[in-house]
Amino acid sequence: MLDFTTITTAIDRFLHSALPDWAATLTECALVAVCVIAAYLVFAIVMIFMERKVCAAFQCRLGPTRVGFWGVLQVFADVFKMLIKEIIEIKDSDRILYNLAPFLVIMSSLITFSCLPFAEGLQVLDFNIGVFFIMAASSFGILGILLAGWSSSNKFSMIGAMRSGGQMISYELSMGLCILTLVVLSGTMQISEIVETQTRGWFIIRGHIPAIIAFIIYIIAGNAETNRAPFDLPEAESELTAGFHTEYSGMGFGLFYVAEFMNMFIISGIASTLFLGGWAPLYIPGLEGFNEAMCWIPGIVWFLGKTFFVIWLMMWIRWTFPRMRIDQVLVLEWKYLVPIGLLNLLIMTICVVMGWTF
Amino acid sequence: MEITFIDIKEFRQTMLQHRENGMDFMREMIGMDWNKEGLGAIYILENSSTHECVELAVRTANREKPQIPTVSDIWHIAELYEREVYDFYGIEFTGHPDMRRLYLRNDWVGHPLRKDYDPSEAINPIRLESETDEEAHRVYEIEEDKHLAEMVEKLKILHYDQYVINIGPQHPATHGVLRFRLSLEGEEVRKVDIRCGYIHRGIEKLCESKTYPQTLAFTDRLDYLSAHQNRHALCMCIENAMGLEVTERVQYIRTIMDELQRIDSHLLMFSCLAMDMGAITSFIYGFREREKVLDIMEEVTGGRLIQNYNIIGGVQADITPGFASKVKAYCADQKKRLKEYYDIFVNNVIFRNRSIGVGVLSLKDAISFGATGGTGRASGWACDVRKRHPYAMYGKVDFKEILHTGGDSYCRLLVRLEEIVESIGIIEQLIDNIPEGEYKTKTKPIIKLPEGRFFAAVEGSRGEFGVFIESHGDKTPYRMKFRPMGLPLIAAAQKIMKGCKIADLITIGASLDYVIPDIDR
Repeated sequence: MLDFTTITTAIDRFLHSALPDWAATLTECALVAVCVIAAYLVFAIVMIFMERKVCAAFQCRLGPTRVGFWGVLQVFADVFKMLIKEIIEIKDSDRILYNLAPFLVIMSSLITFSCLPFAEGLQVLDFNIGVFFIMAASSFGILGILLAGWSSSNKFSMIGAMRSGGQMISYELSMGLCILTLVVLSGTMQISEIVETQTRGWFIIRGHIPAIIAFIIYIIAGNAETNRAPFDLPEAESELTAGFHTEYSGMGFGLFYVAEFMNMFIISGIASTLFLGGWAPLYIPGLEGFNEAMCWIPGIVWFLGKTFFVIWLMMWIRWTFPRMRIDQVLVLEWKYLVPIGLLNLLIMTICVVMGWTF
Repeated sequence: MEITFIDIKEFRQTMLQHRENGMDFMREMIGMDWNKEGLGAIYILENSSTHECVELAVRTANREKPQIPTVSDIWHIAELYEREVYDFYGIEFTGHPDMRRLYLRNDWVGHPLRKDYDPSEAINPIRLESETDEEAHRVYEIEEDKHLAEMVEKLKILHYDQYVINIGPQHPATHGVLRFRLSLEGEEVRKVDIRCGYIHRGIEKLCESKTYPQTLAFTDRLDYLSAHQNRHALCMCIENAMGLEVTERVQYIRTIMDELQRIDSHLLMFSCLAMDMGAITSFIYGFREREKVLDIMEEVTGGRLIQNYNIIGGVQADITPGFASKVKAYCADQKKRLKEYYDIFVNNVIFRNRSIGVGVLSLKDAISFGATGGTGRASGWACDVRKRHPYAMYGKVDFKEILHTGGDSYCRLLVRLEEIVESIGIIEQLIDNIPEGEYKTKTKPIIKLPEGRFFAAVEGSRGEFGVFIESHGDKTPYRMKFRPMGLPLIAAAQKIMKGCKIADLITIGASLDYVIPDIDR
C-alpha cells in the first residue's frame, strides 16, 4: 500500500538541502496551509453540490441542471454571487465581534479538518492526544455562533444563538463519551495509531455491540453538533428566519455556510476514522487473498468512500425528519443519550478487560 | 332571513337568555349602518346540537356616540367581531375588554363602512411613516356613558420590560401577512397579541358600489384556497334571493369542483405544516399531488389559483370532454399517495411528539370561538355545513363527517388527511353521473335583488364561509358581508398559543390552517 510518508520525507529532504533550516520549515508550513485550505474548499464545493443532488433525489426532483453539464458549475456560480454581494453593516451591532464570529467558526473547523488522517502518512496534525485535540478544537466553533447571535443586535439571532449554545454544549458530551468508548477499545489516543490498529479489522466489527451503539449515538450527536435537521433549531428557518446568521450577508454568511458543510465532513471523517477504519482497507481474518486485493485500493479512496457514505447517511436523515423542539432535544440528550453512553462505556470497558472483543 | 330587533335596553338580557337556551355558536355578526334608523349589528346564533338558528339585531339611533353592550363575555369570538364592527362603524361596545381597531391603523380618521364616511384623501392621506407602537401597547375598556376619548387605560398588552418579538408581518411561517406580537420568557410564549389588516382591501365596502355580477370577482381573492367555495356561496346567495333555480348539471359540477378545491387546500395544509416543522421532503410530496389537482382545474376553468368559475345561474364554461377520466385517474392515484404521507411524516415519532397534545382546543372553546372546519372537527364538534345545512348535491351523496376528539395539532392534521379520502369518495360518486343539461341559466343583463336580507353558507376549505346581503332593491347591494373562516381561528390561536414554546406556536399556526386575505378581506 502506498505510504505518503515517503513523498513527504522526500519533499522535506529536498527543501532542507536547498534552503537553511528555518526557511525550509517556513516553506513547509506555507505549503501545508495552502494544501489544507485548498482541500477544505474543494470538499466544501463537492459537498454543497452533493447535498443539492441528494436532496433532489429524495424529493423526486432533478436538482440543478442548467449551469454547466448536469449543473456542476452551480456551486461556483453561487460562490461568485456570494463574493460580489454587499456586506451589510448592522446598526447597533458590535462590529468587532460581529466580524470576528464567522472567522472563529471557520477557524475551528479548519483546525479540526487538519487532524483527519486522509491516508497513511497524509495527516497534518498527529500527536499522542489527538482525539482530545479534535474535541477541543471542534468545540470552540460554538463560541463563534454565540458571538454571531449576540453581536447582531437581533432578537431572532439571539434566540438562535442561545438554542445552539444549549444544544451544542449538551451534545458535545455524548460525542465525547462515544469517542472515549472507542479510545478504550483501541488503547490509544493518537489518531494514526487508532487507524493503524484497524488494519486488522474495523472497530465497528471488533467492538461489536457497544461499538455499534456508540456509532448510532455518535451519528445522532454529530447531527446535533452540525446544526442539521432534525437538530437545526439554531437556524430554524420557519421559526427564526435564519437564527444566528440572520443578519449576515455576502461572505459572512458564506463562511457560516461553508463551515456548516465542512463540520459535517469532519464529523463524518471522525466517524469513519474511529468506527469504520479510516484509510484501513476491509480486512477479513482468514481470507488472505481477499485482504491482499483490498490493500491494492489506495487508502485515500477508502477514507473518502467511508466518509462520504456517512455524509450520505446524514443527508438522508436531514431530508427525512422534521425538526425537534428545544426541550425535546435536551431531553433526548440528558435523559437518554448520556446515560446510554455512560453505560455503553462501562460495557465496552468490561468487554475489553474480559477480552470479549475480536 | 327574518330578523328580530331587540331593544337596546333588553339586549344583554335577551342574549344571555339565548345562550342559556343552547345558542352556543355565534355564526356571524354583521355591523350595519341603516342611515336614519341608526347604527347597529345583526347577530346570527346557532344551536350547535340542533342546528336551529336565530337572527337578532340591535341598533342605536345615536350616530355621534353609538354604544351597544358587549357580548364578548358570552361568546369568545364576539371579542374580535366587535373590534371589527368598532373599526368599520365606530360602534363602541361597552364592557368590551380590549376596544381597539382590528384592521385599520390606530391613526385612521373615521369609520369607513359608515354611509356618511368621507373617503377624501385630505382626511386620510397615505401615511408613509410607521404606526407608533405606543398606542398599540394599550388596552381600552369602555364603560357605559363614557366616550372612547375618556376611556380608561386598563392594562397594557405588552410591557417594555418584556422580551417582545414580532412574528410577522414578513415571516416564513405566518402564511401571509399576519403579525403576532409575542412576549417571551426564554423559549416560552407568555402573551400573544395578533395584529391583522396588513392585506385589508376593504372588499365589503367595494362591493357596495359594484353590481352583483361584479362582486363575484372579489370572492376568489378572499381565501384563495377556497376560491370555488367562496364564489359558490355568493352565487348561491344571489340565486336564492332572485329565486333562480340552477340546473342539476351545474349542481354536480359545482360540487365536484368544490371538493377538488378542498383536496387542493388540504394538500397544501399538509405540505405547509410539514415545511413549517422542517420536513421539506414531505412538503414536496404534498405539492407533487396538488399540482395534478391544479392541472385539472386549469383545464376546466383556465385558472390555477384564482379560477373565476361560478357565475350567477351556473358556471362560466362547460367541463371539458376529458374531465371525468382525468379526475378518476387522479383520485385513484391520490389514494395510493396518501399512504406515503403517513409513512414519511404523520407517523414519524418526531412529528408525533411535537404535535400530540400541542395547542389543545377544547370542544367548548371551539364552539365559543366559532372555529369551524377541520379545527372544530378535530375538537369533536360536528360543524360541517355540508351536513348541518346541506346545499348543492351534498344532501344526496354519501360521506362521513370526520370527527376527532383530541383537539390538538395532530388531530387537526388527521382530520384534513381523512377528509381528502371523503372528498375523493364524493367525487367518485358524482363523476360518472353528471346529467346532461345547460351549464348556465340565462339571466337578465342587469340583476336586481328584491328588498330583504339574505344569508347563504357553504363549507369552505377551512370552515364555514357565509355571505350576507342586505338589498334595498337596487342593482348594487346595500351591505355585503362575508363570514371569514380565518378570524375565529386566529381568535382561538390567541388563546391556545399562550404558554407554549416558539416552535409550538409555528406548529399551532400551521395546523389551524388560516389564510390571511380571508381574515383581512
